[in-house]
Formats: sequence, C-alpha cells, structure tokens
Amino acid sequence: MIIPHPLLGPRDSSEFVYLGDASLIDRPDWQAEDAAEAFHEYAYLRDNPAGEHRELWYHEGGDRSWLVVTRNTMTHEISKVELARDVARAQGRSK
Amino acid sequence: MTQVNRLSGGLIDRNSTLNFRFDNRNYTAHPGDTLASALLANDVRLIGRSFKYHRPRGVLTAGSEEPNGIVELRAGNRKEPNTRATTAEVYEGLDAQSQNRWPSLKFDALAINDRFSNFLTAGFYYKTFMWPAVFWEKLYEPIIRKAAGLGSLSMEDDPDEYDKGFLHCDLLIIGAGPAGLMAALTAGRTGSDVILADEDFALGGRLNSESFSLGDDSASDWAAATVAELSALPNVRLMPRTTVIGAFDHGIYGAVERTGDHVATLPVGKPRQILWRTYTKRALLCAGATERPIAFENNDRPGIMLASAMRTYANRFATTAAQRVAIFTNNDDGHRTASDLRAKGVKIAAVIDVRDDAPINYEFEVLKGAQVVDTKGRLGLTFVEVALADGSRRILECGALGVSGGWNPNVHLTCHHRGRPVWNDDLAAFAPGDDLPPGMTVAGAANGTLSTHGALQSGAESAAIALDLKGALPDLPKAEDAPINQTPFWYLKGCARAWLDQQNDVTVKDVKLSHQEGFRSVEHLKRYTTLGMATDQGKTSNMAGLAIMAELAGKSIPETGTTIFRPPYTPVPIGTFAGRMKGQDFHPTRLTPSHYWAKERGAVFVEVGNWLRAQWFPLPGETHWRESVDREVRQTRASVGVCDCTTLGKIDVQGTDAAAFLNKVYCNGFAKLAIGKTRYGLMLREDGMAMDDGTAARLAEDHFVVTTTTANAVNVYRHMEFVRQCLFPDMDVQLISTTEAWAQYAVAGPNSRKLLQKIVDPEFDISNDAFPFMGCGSITVCGGLRARLFRISFSGELAFEIAVPSRYGDALMRRLMQDGEEFDVVPYGTEALGVMRIEKGHAAGNELNGTTSALNLGMGRMVSKKKDSIGSTLSEREGLNEPDALMMVGIKPVNADDKITAGAHLMDASGPVDAKHDQGYVTSAAFSPSLDCHIGLAFLKNGGARQGERMRLVSPLTDVNVEVEIVSAHFVDPEGERLRA
Repeated sequence: MIIPHPLLGPRDSSEFVYLGDASLIDRPDWQAEDAAEAFHEYAYLRDNPAGEHRELWYHEGGDRSWLVVTRNTMTHEISKVELARDVARAQGRSK
Repeated sequence: MTQVNRLSGGLIDRNSTLNFRFDNRNYTAHPGDTLASALLANDVRLIGRSFKYHRPRGVLTAGSEEPNGIVELRAGNRKEPNTRATTAEVYEGLDAQSQNRWPSLKFDALAINDRFSNFLTAGFYYKTFMWPAVFWEKLYEPIIRKAAGLGSLSMEDDPDEYDKGFLHCDLLIIGAGPAGLMAALTAGRTGSDVILADEDFALGGRLNSESFSLGDDSASDWAAATVAELSALPNVRLMPRTTVIGAFDHGIYGAVERTGDHVATLPVGKPRQILWRTYTKRALLCAGATERPIAFENNDRPGIMLASAMRTYANRFATTAAQRVAIFTNNDDGHRTASDLRAKGVKIAAVIDVRDDAPINYEFEVLKGAQVVDTKGRLGLTFVEVALADGSRRILECGALGVSGGWNPNVHLTCHHRGRPVWNDDLAAFAPGDDLPPGMTVAGAANGTLSTHGALQSGAESAAIALDLKGALPDLPKAEDAPINQTPFWYLKGCARAWLDQQNDVTVKDVKLSHQEGFRSVEHLKRYTTLGMATDQGKTSNMAGLAIMAELAGKSIPETGTTIFRPPYTPVPIGTFAGRMKGQDFHPTRLTPSHYWAKERGAVFVEVGNWLRAQWFPLPGETHWRESVDREVRQTRASVGVCDCTTLGKIDVQGTDAAAFLNKVYCNGFAKLAIGKTRYGLMLREDGMAMDDGTAARLAEDHFVVTTTTANAVNVYRHMEFVRQCLFPDMDVQLISTTEAWAQYAVAGPNSRKLLQKIVDPEFDISNDAFPFMGCGSITVCGGLRARLFRISFSGELAFEIAVPSRYGDALMRRLMQDGEEFDVVPYGTEALGVMRIEKGHAAGNELNGTTSALNLGMGRMVSKKKDSIGSTLSEREGLNEPDALMMVGIKPVNADDKITAGAHLMDASGPVDAKHDQGYVTSAAFSPSLDCHIGLAFLKNGGARQGERMRLVSPLTDVNVEVEIVSAHFVDPEGERLRA
C-alpha cells in the first residue's frame, strides 16, 4: 500500500506501523461519573466496518507523525489522510 | 542419442550444441531450447509420474501453465524440486531428474495405485484416514506424503543469493506478445517510462510460435525487430525472464526476475533471482490466453498435449513429440497446428473435429463430427480410438495427439483484488470483468481479443488510453484477423477416468462424485476434489471442471460461477521472498560502543532484540559459564564491576510541559521531582497492565532523560509519541530517541564511587552528600569530556550509570578497566546483571510480561489516584484487584542443593497437582552466588501474605518437584543500606 502523507507525499506502507481504530484519540475523561465504563469501551470495544475505516498509522520509518488514515477495508482505497494531532485538536483535545 | 525429432527452422542456435542430463542419461540440445523441447527432440516423451496414481506423464504445454512436466532441476545443494521442464532453459551441463517414481521412471512400484483408482477418488483421504486420530500424525501422513508426491528437497542450505529491488514507471506492461509489444512501442515512442516484463526468455509471446507473417516479416522477425527498437529507447526497460506474480495495492506489482536460472554457474555475487517491487501509475495486462484441453478417456498419456504447444514446439523449437500425430479439436485453431506440422514434414494421421461443419483441408484428412474416445500406449501414446460421425470406430496410429478445446484469457492478475471474471459466450470462456485492480487495463488475448490483428490494435489503443496520449497511433503491421470459430466441447459424454487436473490427478469422475455428495459450489468442488489447487493453479483444468459441474447441476457456466486466482501467478522459491534477509542478515545487528573491546576480552555474546550484548567474560581456565558469571557477581558485590547498558532505550523529553507529560505516561508522579534527581517510573497500558519500566532523570525544569528496557525501547517511544500527538496535542513537549547518542555504563559495587572519582573531573563532587542515591547531573570526565551521571542501581549495590557521547564509549570502557585495576574491577555481562537483579528482587522483562499489573508486581500503591495517567482508571477494575491476586515473591529451595526452574508452577505443600490447584509460577530463576543456592522470583496468589510458607514447585512435564520456601523478593540488602552508602 501507499499512504499519501500530508507532509511528505506518497510513502510506502512498509515505513509505517499500524495501531488501530482512530477512536483511540477519544480518550475519556478520568473524572467523569461513568469513567470506568467509558474506559472499558475505549480500551476494548471497536467497530469492525466493511468499508470506510478511520485508523491510526505511525510513520516510524519517517517523520514519526501519527496519522489518521481513512481506508476502505474492502478495497484498501485510501480516501483521506490527516495528521492525528490536527484531528485530536479538532475533536477538542488539548493538554 | 541424437535428436531424432528435430525439425527444420525454429529459433534455436544450431551452431552450438549443449550437453545435458535427464535421469542420468546424456542428451544434446541447442541454445534456445527448453528442457521440454530438448527432451522431445531426443524422443523422450515420458517425463514424470502423476501425483496420486503414478501414471506415466509427458508435457502437456509449452509454457508456465504446465501441470505435468515437472522435474528436479540441478543437483546437490542447488537442487530445486517441482520445476517446470517447459520453462527451464537448457544450459551446458544441466542436470535434471524425474520425480515421484521409484525405482525408475519406466517402472514405478506405486503405479499400482492406478489399479486401486476406484478407492482413491475425491475425498478418499478425508473418508479413510479419519481415525484413530493419533494414527494421522504418526502413520497415515508420513506414508501418504511419501507416496503422493512431488519432488524432494536437498535438505541442504541453498547456496545461491537472492535480491530485492524497487522499480518505478508510468506504465507496466505485463506480457510481451503482440499486444504487449505494440503497447510498449506506442508508449515508448512518446518518452513515457515503460517496463515491459515477460516470463519467457524470448520476448514475442505467441509471435515466436506461429508461422504466419506480420506485414512483410515473419511474426518472430517482427517481434525481434520491435524488441530491438524498444531496447534502444532509454525510457523503456525490457525485462525478459520476469514474471509479474501479483497485483498488490495502490499500483504495486511484484515481479520475479530469474537472472541466474539459465546459466550453469552464477557469476560471484550475482543473485539467482530478484524480487522487484514495482510501482506504477498504470498497468496493462497483456498476458495472452491459454489453450484448454478436452477430457476423454486416458487423455493423459505422454504424447498427448495442447495443439498450440505442438505448434510452439514445431515453429519455435523445431521439434515434435512424434513423427506421426493426430489433432483433436473443436475449433479452427486446431487445423492450423496440423498445417504447420505438415509443413515441417510431420505426418498428420488425421484431424478429428467434433464439429459437423469443420473446414475441409486437402493436405490432411479431417474427420468431421468425430471424437477421440480412448487412447492406448503404456509409457507413451501409440493409438487413439475415434468415434466417427456415423457411430463407427476407427483406430489411428500416432505418437502424439494435439488437443485444442478453445482458449481461456489469462485473467489471473485481474482477480488479485477479488475481481470476478465474466462469462463471454463468443469465447466460451471467462474474460476480465469491470472490477479490475485500480489502474489496470487489459489488452489482447487476455481480454478475449484472440486474433493477432486485434491484439496489436488493442495493445496500441490501450497504451494510448492508459497514458492519455494524443496523436496518431503507430502503424499496425498487417496480420491475421481470423474470427473465433468453435463449438464448446468440454468432455466426452460417459467418460470417467478422463483427466481434468493432471497435476493433482482429478478426473471427470471426481467432479461427478463431488456433485453426487453435495459439494456443488465451485469453492466446494475445488476443495473437495483439489481441482486447480496444485502449483499450476489449474490454468489448464479449471474451466472443464466448472463446465462439467454446471452440466450436472443443470445450470449455465456463468450461473455456476468461477473461482478466482491469488498471487503468485507461478510458484516462487522461498529464497526469493527472503532475498538477502537470511542468516546473519535476517535483521540488522546493533553493536554496543564497547563491542570491540568486549570481543578482545573474549566475551560471549547474546542477541537481545537486534543488539549483541556481552553475556559473560570467560577467563582462561573457566570451563563452565556459571564459573564466569558467579565470579562476575562476587567481584562486583565485593568491589566494583562495569556493564555496558547502552542498549537501554533513552528518550530525551523537553518542553515546559515535560513533567506534566511524564505524569501522563507514568502511573506514578513526576511533577514534583527535583532537578538533579532521578525517579523509577512504571508505565501502564491503557488496560491497566504494566507495559514497561525505567527511570526519568530531571536535568532541568523542562528537561528529562527517560530510560526504557532494551526490548521495549521502540514500543515505548512509539507509545509516547501517540500520547503526545493524539491525546495531548497542545502540550509543549518534544521527544527524541537518544539511545544511539550516548554510551552508557553501569559502574556497580562498593568501590564504584572510588573508581569514578578517578575519571570524573575534580570540580564535580560525587560524594554521598553531594551526589546522593538517585541523584543525576551533567558533568565532565577525563579532563573536559561532557558526560551524564546517574546514581541508580539495578544490582542493589552502590552504583552509578555514566553516559558519554557514543564515540567515546570504547575509550571510556578501556579507561574504567585501566583505572579500576587497583580495585580489581570486573566487566560483567547480561547473565551477571540478571543474577544480581534477581538477588535484589527487581522486576524485568520476565515479570513485565504483558499479563501483570502494578499490583501483581508489588507496586500497586505506586499508581497515583491523584492524577490521570495512562492505565490508571482501568487498573482499578475489580478483577485486577481481587484479594488473592498474584503478587511477586521470592522463593528458595528448602534443600539448598535443589534447583529452581523458571516456568515451573507453585502448588500447596499437600493436595492435588493440577491446573485447578495452581497457586502461581516462577518467572525468573538463577543460582545466587551471594546466597550460595538457587533462588527465584515468582507470582503467587496472595503472595504478600504468604512469606515463610512451604510449597511445592512442580513441572510435571519435566519431572520437577521441589520443596520451596516463600521469602521476600529482596534477597540481598533488603534495607537498601548498600544503595545509599
């Protein structure tokens, strides 16, 4: 596979390490009432879509960016690649 | 023996003669021959024995689709089994052996299987060798493996080298037949980067096999002239002997180039094969078509082959399987073979055409509406029996029979992204559908355009479309443009032992049985009968199998469907996939800064991940590793020892939020760590399990140096970047790995300070008061060399770790050894390191094994409840905090001579020994020179409350049963007085 890195252009997937569902960005608030339940879901429950999937890839053999790659699990077509940091900020994560 | 079946003409070099051996007999051939063509020229039709029934077999085809003519090529450690004789080029001294026969090819004892064919039908193994289960592994499988067979391995290391490479182009053209050559010409002349790959050693595809002309030239001359023009273009890369094995994602194609299979000896350092990873925007598949056989009784005798293969052998290789041949066809193409062979002086017994309206030819007899019903000839064809249109029978004498059942487009690569071929009524075959891999188009016969003119035209047009070329296409040479004229005919009604898949010995009867027993979908048919599951992937057999199943099920072929193909297109040696990644080169080797010094000292090394670390340093006279290790431990604890710990991961953490960041990744607190202090940190995974441990030294308000274990250095860094970028994107913190930047040595033992004081520059006070336990700082050594000093201890002794820039690592080690002579300094390796940390009760990789929590490790209280950190919330789960949770403890044998074995389990002193009564297990064990007995670290249920208890340590598999006592894990200096000395 070739991943179009938002900063570095098309890069071979062998330069990357795969982590999993991009929902791992949505780490729950540890002080919320339902923190235990929310962390359980966060750590263990994943959707397994046949189709578009947003997932985390790490450019370990490159610039060490974490990326959110939108990939079709049926065809491996990659429709969008974003810096995970931008995605995290857009989702309201900060410090 | 002379080449009695040599014909005139051909693309072989008669000026040169090559000697080769087959089954220990000498033969001759010419350059340009394949092993198959050379054997036929020498009147050798019998080449192998079949897989299951051990039936005599010859070659069926003249290409890579060959199911039968598979041999062991070369001898000794270069022997390669299951190689197709039809693609193996003959070179001087080639040595080949037939396979799957004993004692000889002509007399094969297991041919008796053929007599028991009624029992050996589809599903025989499944039905027969069901029970008793234990018999399978010990009895049935070895016997079946020996009897059913393919070639044998040399059981030696392959001495050849293999390589991998990367290629990039605008257009990859797969196949150099008329369509591929014309496409390459069209694209190449515009200056585009083109790669033209073909599995054959001669480019031209079927143009080299035909007798017709292209324009004013013969087809093969036109091909040669086109190849010459292309090879002069700098933007075109011609790759003969290169098989494109698979279409992978995003325009990546795998290609295997056989650079050294056609020579007797490889030039030194040159690879035998190269696996090319080819990146292309567009790919044009011009893989041609494969002729398919017709199934009739005993259609597998040596001498029975595809009619198109016969034509290839005659026109290209100037050889024939016999001097008198017959043709069995359902289409006009079969007649062309008869004409070509007759033109070369081969006698045509007759053309048997199933069509009542078959064309008449005055050069040879055509039997219209006739069918071959059976054949004779034990080791090679002698007669065919023909049912004539009027129902009467006729026996024809012939040494070879060409069979032509129509052509199947080579759709294989179009299926590699799960594309489904679609049925084409005109061809009576499956052709590429619309769901091709992105960027791929198909031209020529592979797309169902079977005429030469059509192939040339579609090649040119497809290349122009793929590259979006404007302007006129190159002129096409005038070429044959015959329509497809065939009547689909798959098998003879009523036949049973008619072979479909000759490589896996699947017959028409097997397909019928599969249907009868309910295995009717194409996928079930394939797996139940093994049709198409041999190394040729059923290139010549699948279609007939599907057609028969369709007929039995009363459905059309498209309704029945087809299986699809997966990579590789043809078999690839494992060595090619490995490339240079074998033996020592399987992964990179990382050497520590003291490596060469350690080598001089005669150190024994151990692989730790990619690192090579000194395991121990034997002295003259030491005969057992324990002597060396025990000495290193005793000497370190008595005076001072030095160990290279550069391999520990080092991560530089800087920024105003550095402390806040460490508070997130470590479960214990770091915000209040004073500058100039170091703290042990435990990292959890989000699920609450321990991930790694290490230390963080605060060199400045906004600057920490974090260490990780050697094994987890890469993962921890990755994890920290995840936390930084994905979870806390606005934290002002930067990370960089500095593992390679600093050489770091542990200097441990009561005299460690005295030794270091000799090299640390005098302006730095490292006395106990100025530089207490867990202190850290930037210093200089040896007169101004910048260094870092950490007062941390893994051994339990007064100890330091000192780091200098890597390039001074070797010099520092030599200096420490020299200056340490007065203290009797000892270098110690990873074994002594391990012994000392077990004696001190420090957890390491064996304990941080992914299944243990902070609580299990005895560090439950370290998980701060006052802050959020990765894993803190889930570490509080009920299931991880049960009263009888495993806790790390120390164990000692009651009888001091007994050994503690890592992996053994703890059981109560009395009671049953079984999994249900399991109390825990030993993770680390060593002989302790300090205690003079074996000791171990273990996880024990409710271990914190069981000190002093006597238990049994058992390993029923290895007969371990030892009485042990549960003790504190801190065997040495439990109060930590030495650390703080």
